[in-house]
Formats: sequence, C-alpha cells, structure tokens
Amino acid sequence: MSWDTFIWLLLIALKSAALLVILLVVLALLIYVDRKVWAAVQMRRGPNVVGPWGILQSFADLIKFVLKEVVIPDSVNKGVYILAPLVVAILYLAAWAVVPVNAGWAIADLNVGILYVFAISSLAVYGVIMGGWASNSKYPFMAALRSAAQMVSYEVSIGFVIVTVLLAAGSLNLSQIVLSQQTGLGTALGLPGSFLDWYWLPLFPMFIIFFISALAETNRPPFDLVEAESELVAGHMVEYSSTPYLLFMLGEYVAITLMCALTTVLFLGGWLPIIDIAPFNWIPGVVWFVLKALLVFFFFALVKAFVPRYRFDQLMRLGWKVFLPISLFWVALTAGVLVAFDLLPGGTS
Amino acid sequence: MRLVQAVKSLFLKEFVGAVRLSLRYFFAPKATIDYPFEKGPLSPRFRGEHALRRYPNGEERCIACKLCEAVCPAQAIHIDAVPRAGDGSRRTVRYDIDMTKCIYCGFCQEACPVDAIVEGPNFEFATETREELFYDKDRLIDNGDRWERELAANIRADARWR
Repeated sequence: MSWDTFIWLLLIALKSAALLVILLVVLALLIYVDRKVWAAVQMRRGPNVVGPWGILQSFADLIKFVLKEVVIPDSVNKGVYILAPLVVAILYLAAWAVVPVNAGWAIADLNVGILYVFAISSLAVYGVIMGGWASNSKYPFMAALRSAAQMVSYEVSIGFVIVTVLLAAGSLNLSQIVLSQQTGLGTALGLPGSFLDWYWLPLFPMFIIFFISALAETNRPPFDLVEAESELVAGHMVEYSSTPYLLFMLGEYVAITLMCALTTVLFLGGWLPIIDIAPFNWIPGVVWFVLKALLVFFFFALVKAFVPRYRFDQLMRLGWKVFLPISLFWVALTAGVLVAFDLLPGGTS
Repeated sequence: MRLVQAVKSLFLKEFVGAVRLSLRYFFAPKATIDYPFEKGPLSPRFRGEHALRRYPNGEERCIACKLCEAVCPAQAIHIDAVPRAGDGSRRTVRYDIDMTKCIYCGFCQEACPVDAIVEGPNFEFATETREELFYDKDRLIDNGDRWERELAANIRADARWR
C-alpha cells in the first residue's frame, strides 16, 4: 500500500469519525427538540431539569440506557438477535456518507448517491425483520412483519418521487441535484437565485408526498403503529433492552435525520442560500443546510403532535391507493412537460 | 359528497388547519407549572399528611377517645391509651397511622372533638421505603409542631363553614 493510499484512507476515516461524532451529538439534541416541540404544542414544558433548559436530557437518557443490564432472553437466536440492531444503526449511519452538507462536503461523492441511499434504506428493513424473528416471540415477529410491510410500501412512492426529481435534475449525484436547483422558476422570471428555484415549488405535490412517505418510512407518528406508545410496548423491539435497544433507537433517529437531509437536498436546495444576494450568501452553506434540515425536522415533530395515529389498513390504503397513483401520474406529467417544452437537463431530446 | 371529501383530503385541508392550530398553541403560554419550583394553590380543606396538634401551652390535644380509630374506613389508625401517671387524664401511649392504608378521606379530622388529628397541606412526603410510611405518635406530634402555623391558619379559614 502506497503512502498516497494510506493518507487517503486516513483522511476518509477522519472525515467519517468527525461526521459520526457531529451526527450523534446533533441527534441527541434533535431528540430533545422533538420532545420540546411536542410539549410546546400541548402547552407543556417538556424536559427542563437536566442541564440548562433540560438540554442535556438526551445525554442522561443515553447514560441510563448504556448502564442498564443487557437482557438476552433464553430462547432467542443469539447471533441474529445481537446483529439486528447493529444492522439498523450501521446501515443508516452509512447512508450519511453520500449526503453533501456543503459544496463538496460529502465523504463519498458517489455519482449514484441517491440510489445508494435508497438501497441502504431498503436494506434496513432486514434489521427490523431480523430483530423481530430472532426474538423468538410472536409479538415482536408480527410487529416486524407489519413494520416491514409499511417500510416497503412507502418506499415505492418515495422511489417515484425521487424519479421526478431525477428527471428534473438530470443526475443521480446528490451534489449535482443541489447544484441544478441554482436555476429554476425564479431565475426564469429574471430574479436572482433564490428559494423560488428549488424543486419544492415546481414539484410541490411530490414534496408533500415525500415528506409524508418519509414519516411512514421512518415509523414516525402518525404512522408509528409499529411501536404505538399508547397501545403496544415497542413492536419488534419488545425483547430488547439496554444498548441493543439504544442502537435500534439510534438507527431510527439517524433515519429521521437522513430523511430530513434528503428532503433538504432534493427539494430545498441543500446548501444554497435562501436568496443569493449580499447578506445571505456570506453565511456558509453548511449553516443553510442545517437550518433547512431543522425546519423539516420541526415539521416532523409538529406532525407528531397534531395527527392521530393511522390504522394499519388506512396506512396501506394511503400508500398503495393514494400516493402510488399520484406519484406515478406526476412522474408521467413531469416527463411529459420536460419533453414537450424541451427542458430536459443535458439538452437533447 | 364523496368527491368533495376526496378533494378536501387530497389538498390536506384538515392538516393545514391543524398546522395553524398547533402553531398557535406552540406559542401559547404553558399550562403546566414548573412544579418543584412553583406550586399550585391549595384549598384550606386540602387533606394531605396527618399531624397531631398541641394546645398553645404545649399540652397534647388528643384525649384518646378513639373516635378516629373507630371512624377510619381503611382501619389505618391504631391507638393504645392509659391514664397518665400525673393527673390521671386519658392519654395515648401509642398513636399509629399506616399511611399506606390511609385513603385521605378526612374522617379522622371530622370525628376529632378537639381538633387533635388533622390533615395538613403537606403532600410531599414520599419515602424510599415502605416502613417509613408507618407513622407513629412521635412522627405525628413532630408533624404537628412543624406545621402548626399552617394548620391553625387552615382551621381558622374554614371555621365559618363548620
């Protein structure tokens, strides 16, 4: 192995470690924000005891989880049982490798980045199924089946939504998708580059469908019937405790941040400033990225507070009989419009 | 009609309203109080932790009539009484309340002819062990000494309706 390769590997490892640490700290704060928003909508105070304004609550919970005893039931399939939470957590963390938080700030600037993310989030279903099956108990198993069915169903409409964005952007590279949002409706009207150029405006219905599908994909309320706090214990995680459970939770929240980041990249112009003029484009792109992702997360948390939980049949009906036809129609419409007006990215049609 | 419904749900009418409503509540003042630092108001009739009171001259009020023991629906009170050595007056030698049995109905203070056993305003007496909740006479008298100002004030405030 030559020096260059070694340094390159070292650099990748350092970048990954930095991303991992930042991601986990942000994650802990996001859980806090989630609880605070939920509380505020219900006119409660939320966690406010640990640290100033309770900001360290998630870290206290983390320590609590880690210090608890790991209970491995007698009849479980030990290997798979331990592997399942690792699969979920590691897969979703790995998906973050391709997310560009600023121009060129992606650990792996894959030219098929979006396919990679999509493949990873499909693979994560295996973690859920493995967890439910290895627990060797009927309730986790059935919950895992339900959860898998839910995740797979909504992946279909997410796929079509992504296809519409790809049609408009002409690239599978996440950075390219962001860059292609520098020009759009706003610049066509002669305005400077602004939030009007981003894909949320021309593809608005897809934006909404992507947001709702992301809720379902990550098992967030109102589609959280996998764990449905008020009626079930924890779905496929019933038999888990301590750190393995923490890893499931971690995976779930990383998936949420990933979905927020994807919404930002696909529809909200990634790291682009809100208006490309003097005071706004001085702010570094990563700040814009975080702000946009936080806005999306705010709505994730808000939805949790005001939408009642869906029944399983309603969930399936929404996925297959509403979102799938609408997104399919919109793929056809977008493609048709792009071809008809000769707007296809990359020119020739 | 179903068409109207379908259009409404397609355009997420209810959800847009819900977002507006929840944002309004988001900025509304909090309904909860900051409990350990800020406490809600209590009625003078609030029935909390028990206490045995004394007269201003230091004499115990309780005359061991055992009415409270008799009326207690949970049978949480146990009293032993003997005539006192000095003046021969009936006094308790043992006055136990099992706080794990008590249902805080307030019958004991209603039954008491001398306002000796009362339920005070204190509700923060959680303990780490079950045994600590078996109150004896010393504990109750001590409570009475500690809370006398509040207890007397509550009895005075409620006297008009008694």
